[in-house]
Amino acid sequence: MALLEVTDLGISFGGLRAVDELNMTLEEGSLVGLIGPNGAGKTTVFNMLTGVYRPTDGGIRLAGENIVGKKPHEICKMGIARTFQNIRLFNKLTVLDNVKVGLHNEITYSLAESLLHVGSYRKKEKMMDERAMEILKVFDLDGQWDYKATNLPYGKQRKLEISRALATDPKLLLLDEPAAGMNPNETEELMETIELVREKFHVTVLLIEHDMKLVSGICEYLYVLNFGRLLAEGTPAQVLSNPEVITAYLGD
Amino acid sequence: MKQTKILSKTRRDSVIAFGIVIIAYAAMQALSMTGNLSNTITGLLVPICAYIVMAVSLNLTVGILGELSLGHAGFMSVGAFTGIVATTFLADAVPSPILRLTVAMILAAVAAAIVGVIVGIPVLRLKGDYLAIVTLAFGEIIKNIINVLYVGMDDRGLHFSIIKQTFTLNEGGDMIINGPIGVSGIDKISNFTAGFILILITLFIVLNLINSRHGRAVMAVRDNRIAADSVGISTTRFKLMAFVISAAFAGMAGTLYAMNYSTITAAKFDFNLSILVLVFVVLGGLGNIWGSIIAAALLTVLPELLRALNFNDYRMLVYAILLIVLMLFNNSGAKEKFLGWLALRKEAKGHKQKKEVA
Repeated sequence: MALLEVTDLGISFGGLRAVDELNMTLEEGSLVGLIGPNGAGKTTVFNMLTGVYRPTDGGIRLAGENIVGKKPHEICKMGIARTFQNIRLFNKLTVLDNVKVGLHNEITYSLAESLLHVGSYRKKEKMMDERAMEILKVFDLDGQWDYKATNLPYGKQRKLEISRALATDPKLLLLDEPAAGMNPNETEELMETIELVREKFHVTVLLIEHDMKLVSGICEYLYVLNFGRLLAEGTPAQVLSNPEVITAYLGD
Repeated sequence: MKQTKILSKTRRDSVIAFGIVIIAYAAMQALSMTGNLSNTITGLLVPICAYIVMAVSLNLTVGILGELSLGHAGFMSVGAFTGIVATTFLADAVPSPILRLTVAMILAAVAAAIVGVIVGIPVLRLKGDYLAIVTLAFGEIIKNIINVLYVGMDDRGLHFSIIKQTFTLNEGGDMIINGPIGVSGIDKISNFTAGFILILITLFIVLNLINSRHGRAVMAVRDNRIAADSVGISTTRFKLMAFVISAAFAGMAGTLYAMNYSTITAAKFDFNLSILVLVFVVLGGLGNIWGSIIAAALLTVLPELLRALNFNDYRMLVYAILLIVLMLFNNSGAKEKFLGWLALRKEAKGHKQKKEVA
């Protein structure tokens, strides 16, 4: 069974049809790209997958379970985590605490234990620290664990966002333009990290990218969106040689 | 090494907060025993304790949750009048004043928390300025309701009515809350030590909360609501949780405050008081718990200090100017520079020590 099944997904904002009749299937463990020109509706798809927007038509199933109509925090608990195009960190918290917030539903203790620091508080906090440091190490952020998130350089903020998403132990990780604003070297390094993450955390990855060449290196399968509709899908080689895709990107 | 560092960092603020309170308490007790404490200051001790609890609890809403509340005095008054009714009702059943005050405070916390839930559910759906204005409105509503509240007690038990006194008391019965006239003849069972203990409990709970998964969730909601949602945090739940805990402590502060005076009216817990507490929080620094403590104590003593220094005519003017200067200092680069300079000095010291060790 596929991990994610999107069937005839559509959403309208007033008269604007932002996404229409989108069908996608993601197999478990795959690394899939969602590409398309500016304004194609890529982020809108992410917002529907994570419950920020409620689709007007169609269905979304995660491991067979319907997620349409669920709240964002419930969808996260079901196993979808995401990053944002415009980075959204908890700026006043430390790097470590950002990841520990991601562990909120993974390592838990009661409100009474929080208020009184009794029971399993110490043990669980220690577990959180260790787990968070483990994740930070993967992204080479462990040396800066006590920095305020806002004080990290841009590229590291992107990595911290991915770390935080991974802390929720997702089945499906949605990355919204993870390489935006990075230089070519940083981008290449990040793409390698993403491949590593998929294996290390046993997670399925769907990533939005603006630059097609960039994703063709690591993605096994691509969906191309244009004006809210699926323009093409297939392996990177198939998609990149599709004349319609070339037209959409370069114009006539 | 890393673990100890994590602990020491979060503990530092707690140590400072507890340190300030314990040292101040010891100093005041010493001064009072040696007879060096003026009557005015002695009279201010319990209100200062109540203000500190108010400021720390409001800091939970404003600094940690990041929502501006202008109605904190409302929760204080719910606590104050609940406490008064409880202590009067329990006067015979619980003869020990300390125990009675404790029970009254717990009931006050519960009452204020319930009102906190009632107010919080609609209010926390709003954002920013709108939320602030609505909390202000709720604060006024609470004040006006208590202003027309009649509570009496006789051998049949407690009697309540609103707007008009609709009950008649049996012989030997007493009015507890008499509408706009308020309460008189309160059994003054609050004292400085009770206030001190309440501060310690408040600090313990609030600082613990900040350094826990629930507290982190609250701060995550403050920093970025959408991102908090995306990592599985129910934003409404944690907003309400912080708001209600904050209200509960304001309720306890209310009981402490009310039981220090022989008469009290609902008008005492007005908008001005909410703003005063907000000033403590802002001046002490949003999210800075020990800052709230110092600001609350300092700004309460300051007017009296100015009176003692013969500034009598210009007292409030000087107070206002000092407030402006402190706010400017707090919000300008000057404070950052000052703190940076302190940190540099500390670092230099650390390096020196390391070298010596090497």
